[in-house]
Amino acid sequence: MSFELAQIGLVHANGQRALRAVTLAAARGERLAIIGPSGAGKSSLLRILATSLRPTEGRVSVLERNPWQLPGAELKRLRSRIGVVHQAPPLPPRQRAITAVIAGRLGQWPWWKSALSLLYPADIAGPREQLARLDLADRLFERCDQLSGGQLQRVGVARVLYQRPELLLADEPVSAMDPALADLTVSQLHSEAAARGVTLVASLHVVDIALRWFPRVIGLKAGEIVFDLPAARVSDSVLRSLYASETGTLPTQDNQPLDIAPAAPSEPTARKIIPPPRVI
Amino acid sequence: MSAPTLAERRGALGFCVYCWGAMACLMAVVWASFAYLSLDLARLFTRESAGYMLDFIARFFPPDLSAGFLRRIAQGTLETLAISAVGTLLAALAGLLLALPASGRLGPVFKAVTRFLLNFLRSVPELVWAALMVLAAGLGPFAGTLALALHTSGVLGRLFAESLENAPPEPARALVESGAAPALAFVYATLPLITPQLVAYSLYRWEMNIRMATVLGFVGAGGLGQMLYYELSLLHEPQACSVIAAMLALVVVVDAISAWVRRGQMRQGG
Amino acid sequence: MPRSTTQQALRDPDARARATWALAAVVLLWPLLLVAQFRPADLFDARNLKVIGGFLGQFFPPNLNGEFLGLALKATVETLAMATAGIALAMVLAAPLGLALSHSLSISRIGPGPGRALGEALRALTRLALLALRGIPEIVWALLLVRAFGLGPAAGVLAIAVTYGGMLGKVYSEILESGDTRPARVLLESGSGRLMAFFYGLLPGSAQELASYTVYRWECAVRASVIMGFVGAGGLGQLMDQSMKMLNGGEVSTILIIFLLLVLLADAISSAVRRTLA
Repeated sequence: MSFELAQIGLVHANGQRALRAVTLAAARGERLAIIGPSGAGKSSLLRILATSLRPTEGRVSVLERNPWQLPGAELKRLRSRIGVVHQAPPLPPRQRAITAVIAGRLGQWPWWKSALSLLYPADIAGPREQLARLDLADRLFERCDQLSGGQLQRVGVARVLYQRPELLLADEPVSAMDPALADLTVSQLHSEAAARGVTLVASLHVVDIALRWFPRVIGLKAGEIVFDLPAARVSDSVLRSLYASETGTLPTQDNQPLDIAPAAPSEPTARKIIPPPRVI
Repeated sequence: MSAPTLAERRGALGFCVYCWGAMACLMAVVWASFAYLSLDLARLFTRESAGYMLDFIARFFPPDLSAGFLRRIAQGTLETLAISAVGTLLAALAGLLLALPASGRLGPVFKAVTRFLLNFLRSVPELVWAALMVLAAGLGPFAGTLALALHTSGVLGRLFAESLENAPPEPARALVESGAAPALAFVYATLPLITPQLVAYSLYRWEMNIRMATVLGFVGAGGLGQMLYYELSLLHEPQACSVIAAMLALVVVVDAISAWVRRGQMRQGG
Repeated sequence: MPRSTTQQALRDPDARARATWALAAVVLLWPLLLVAQFRPADLFDARNLKVIGGFLGQFFPPNLNGEFLGLALKATVETLAMATAGIALAMVLAAPLGLALSHSLSISRIGPGPGRALGEALRALTRLALLALRGIPEIVWALLLVRAFGLGPAAGVLAIAVTYGGMLGKVYSEILESGDTRPARVLLESGSGRLMAFFYGLLPGSAQELASYTVYRWECAVRASVIMGFVGAGGLGQLMDQSMKMLNGGEVSTILIIFLLLVLLADAISSAVRRTLA
């Protein structure tokens, strides 16, 4: 099993409850999307999976270890096998893109290699390849404060791709990108997960990307899992009840109305399938 | 995956040539300093010198805590506090006076002259001023007060002048245009704008001057420093230990108070 | 009969508070002036006037003969070397302590994870150690070290290293905790070591502030080195001490001019560093 969450609950220090009785598990190689309205607890759930947040109730098992029972060195090693793409990329403005990408392997390299890379990168071809996958190869030596929001998000994704983790977590990885780039990015995450047979979990605010790329969709609302369905069985009514309190239209990357026929769950073939665009 | 091109290899170098050169220069200067002083730091870590230092430290304990001596220490602490307070106050007043010409409000000639004066005042270390003031005013805390006042007016004068230069001129100009004298316009319009900054600088300097005042006594300018020098030169180590403890306590308390004040200001949004 | 609103509105609400503060200030000021033995008349006492007058009279012209200038130059280089070596050692002392103290590099805070209590205890100990190091004025350290090591620059360098190590350590940790700590925390969360998280996550953003403060402290160290000369640690301070004991105004004024030049030099270096790192 890639991860197992059993009855996870999370209460913030100020008394606010973020997650309630969440039970979720995934085998290695699965690809899941977590969708839900803002404030549903998607980020908290991902942070618990990333072992950067400790749940107040329940049991966690990530990559078959319980992170909170491990000694320091083993926890460090476990964390280097988990890659997280953040919504707001944690990149220092004055750092160059190549250094930012190389930082993905800090948990795996010996200290002298990491130290040397500060002065001269130990690996130029590797980061170049990852940035090229995201159409950013020409920005290899530019400073992060010269990149746009969408480009920065892609550099963050490139770092995680360079890390080659066994569990890929993505917290709203495409929120700052236009639909074409968003598709490119998610397709790269998808192909990375498929090629290496690793698990991919993405939390998304937009529904069309989730339905297009992920075979399994989890709906989260007010800290509880509302549904856990294959993408084909996620119907319009299911989505509307999830986003009940939001505005009339469902959120999509290009703000176009989502095209879902209100088919009964027993007739999956009646659903119109939106084909993924060809990857360059 | 192709190997990196030559252009890429060149672009990958972390710093420009200038930065590499600067770092190398810096390293060379540091190394040269050690070499010039022919410091034998390895001597510090031999067993012999460790034993010697431990012997030396042992002579300081137990510190002298007799009532009479503690009373003298309390007096010395009060003297130190008074030296720093009066010295900083005088410096703030003098600094404000000197900041007016130094910010260019009275013409370029005065600006150049006062800037030179302020630089001179702050370039001379407080202890040197104290030694000079001991000659001018005799031994005792008055010399220390004057020394702090002289040095700190150089520092505060420069900071105040910068504040004045950065203050927006519109409020004062508006008053002058409606008939007020320039001096009054300054007091009513510009001064209230910069007063919080001036007060903050002065309080910060006062904190540093308390540390300084403990030390000025070494040349006879009163306070805890004079007591320490006296006791050490008579080789009264236990008494010296008490004085050092008092100095440490004073600095810790002042640090804590200023941290508390700063946290209170941040909470108020100051 | 109730007071009319016009009568109430005529009284300044701030007046009472201001009067109290003013009174308090005066009441505090008087004993302070007494304890500080503030007697401006002393400046014009006949004996003192004679001494300082004669001394000041020798200020112009400053002593510029070759032999003394050679001595002064040698002392200046010694002072600069003391300050540089002292700050270099202080950085060696402060860097690990500052890194250990700043909680933006704390792994046990993530989660929170294991080892929390030990981490907090170590941090508290480090804070105490830094407080003790910088709480004792550097000249006191110098005096003690001179008694232990004998006269000469070694005592001055070590005194600066110890005191300024404490100051630099505290401010380094504060600089590292302010500003954006997310990059470093994210690196720690993906298994990086603390030192690498500092270099890749914190240093790019805080390099300018760290360098700026270090240069400022170097400037202070130059002044401190001068002061240490007064207790026998060599350099310009010792030269000044000797000249003043002999009431040689010409030599003292030369040295004062050198102080001025030193401060201007340090200012120039400071702004150059700040410009290159901006």
